[in-house]
Amino acid sequence: MTGPFFEPVGTCCVMKVDLLRAITSSVGSKFKILAQALATLLLFYPFMLHAETDCLSCHSDKTLQDAAGQSAGLDIDKFHASIHGSVSCTDCHTSIKEYPHAEQRTTVKCDTCHADQASAIGGSVHAKANAHPCTSCHGDTHSIFPRSDARSAVYPLNIPRTCGTCHASETLAKKYGLQNVYATYMDSIHGYAVSKEGLLVAANCMSCHGSHNILSHKDGKSTTSRGNIPETCGTCHAGVKDEYSAGVHGKMVASGNTKAPVCSDCHTAHAILQPTEATFRMQTTPICGSCHKDQLATYRDTFHSQLGLLGGYVETARCWDCHGAHGILPASDPASPVNKANLIKTCGRCHADANASFVQYQPHANPHNRKMNPALYYTRLFMNILLWGTLSFFTLHTLLWFIRAKKEQRKSRLAAEEKHD
Amino acid sequence: MIDERVVPPKRPQEIPLETHGKQKFFVRFTLAQRYLHVALFTSFLGLAATGLPIRFSDNAWARLFAKAVGGFGAILFFHKFCAIILTLSFLYHLKDLATRVFVHKEKGIFWGPNSMVANWKDVQDLVGHLRWFVGLGPKPKFDRFAYWEKFDYWAVFWGMIVIGFSGYAMWFAPFFARFLPGWALNAVLVVHGEEALLAILFIFSIHFVNTHLRPESFPMDMVIFTGKETEEEFKKKRTLEYGRLVAQGKLETRVGEQPAYWWVNFAKVIGFTAILIGLTLLVLTLIGYFGSS
Repeated sequence: MTGPFFEPVGTCCVMKVDLLRAITSSVGSKFKILAQALATLLLFYPFMLHAETDCLSCHSDKTLQDAAGQSAGLDIDKFHASIHGSVSCTDCHTSIKEYPHAEQRTTVKCDTCHADQASAIGGSVHAKANAHPCTSCHGDTHSIFPRSDARSAVYPLNIPRTCGTCHASETLAKKYGLQNVYATYMDSIHGYAVSKEGLLVAANCMSCHGSHNILSHKDGKSTTSRGNIPETCGTCHAGVKDEYSAGVHGKMVASGNTKAPVCSDCHTAHAILQPTEATFRMQTTPICGSCHKDQLATYRDTFHSQLGLLGGYVETARCWDCHGAHGILPASDPASPVNKANLIKTCGRCHADANASFVQYQPHANPHNRKMNPALYYTRLFMNILLWGTLSFFTLHTLLWFIRAKKEQRKSRLAAEEKHD
Repeated sequence: MIDERVVPPKRPQEIPLETHGKQKFFVRFTLAQRYLHVALFTSFLGLAATGLPIRFSDNAWARLFAKAVGGFGAILFFHKFCAIILTLSFLYHLKDLATRVFVHKEKGIFWGPNSMVANWKDVQDLVGHLRWFVGLGPKPKFDRFAYWEKFDYWAVFWGMIVIGFSGYAMWFAPFFARFLPGWALNAVLVVHGEEALLAILFIFSIHFVNTHLRPESFPMDMVIFTGKETEEEFKKKRTLEYGRLVAQGKLETRVGEQPAYWWVNFAKVIGFTAILIGLTLLVLTLIGYFGSS
């Protein structure tokens, strides 16, 4: 397509530069710069428009295609509304120098302007992604909107869907050894807040993982590395973070112990549930028990655990109901809910009539430990002897009786038959 | 009686009804005692069925069962409900005993052949019975209540006190904590669970076999449901009591009506259902006990 309707760009330009010089030379040096700027604007503004008009003479045809069948048309209204609406075509399509131009594919380099973001991506997990580093998230280049605009692909409420384009894919997850987390996130308390409530402040993918500089959680610098998780979650959950930092686990993490539990160990990373939900209450005790093995084993022997395991009744005491959840303190600490002085209050949260004698109950008593729990040890021993003694004796007694009675029965039947014969 | 010579009546239940008609029936249990037994075993089955899933809560079947009946909340509700029924049955029995002792001035409740209290003869019977099992002596002759029947009685009596007390101690822990030491609150669960296991294992195996499934009574001793047994059975199973009544000329005072045909069948349905549930629970208990450790 050719368009011989406008004079060649070059001629016009030279004329205007000459005119500019003439104007500015007549003004005093004091106002020279100001005059120059003003004149440039006045003279070249129509030219800028002119240039775009040149491009649009062909490219405003939305059905325009190149030889390879790729669309080369542009929705100019949408483009003008977009964040790049004031940028001229050749600013990005730098390889296009003349008008009209030969049919060619141009490579657009976003990093000309967005150098910081480009270098961040270069160091991120997405550096080697096959998809275009910018457009695969920000969408069509000619209709990119600011993050605060609901039309933007990176608008908080749109982010899960945008990331989900790749990360909801089973094949992609398999290929990169990732968990397919999209569905679990969408079902989580955060996903619900975003997708159902439309909460802009609710955590979306970006809130935890960052955007351009996303690193693997194995990387110590990543916002989702174990050591950084409390900080990352604390961005929103500041109160909980303070509590956590003051507790034993928070202190361990701060001192570089990565084995200590961080937020995601109990709450999980993506499938985060409302902590009062039955499923959450059912799943968390074994997580504490993965380190506190003895405590879990002794807890399992108690009524609290027996009820808890059966489900349908989730109010029974789990670890954190007594020990606290975030700011767990050693029992020796007067502020700990399991400190002796606080037991009546702590137990009283469920057992309304808890008294000093009642709280002597040991929620982690071990009937197998004679030194720690002698009374319980001997109670259990006595009960076991009674149980197995009685059963052994009577099993033998009844078995012998049964055999003997069977014999008697056969004998008398034979005798009866003989008599009959 | 001609039939008897052809096929000895090992199983009285299988004797054709006409033959039954020619026999005399003797009362062994009163109606109240029979109802008490039903109340005991239904509430006990309920307690076992709802207690076992709690005891073996880490077993898959326990969770499945809990889920099926509406979770732990439902299980605990039924457990407590059955506990109240059993407690009331127990209290009724105590009241009955008290009435017999203090109001009717009945003699022989605490001692003698009609008493449930163990005596020297029971020890001799036990030894004699064991000797007979292995062919070292003659079969002992039993009185009204044989030693294993007394054991059953006292096992249940003791069991109800122990399991009941420990159960109520957990139910109303803050109240019991007023006069129990701290460790006792831990101990009651162990006591409750172990004693209940003993009760379940004992009743669903030993009691079932001793009383119902042994060849002389197989498949079920109906006397606890009908209250009456034939003269044949009476003479054979409780020889001494029969002989004493004959000698005292009091045999006729114990003669009862023949149980109604429908009642026997109805009782069989109830009884076999109970045995079936019991045996199922026995299997689950064994799975739970040996599967979880």
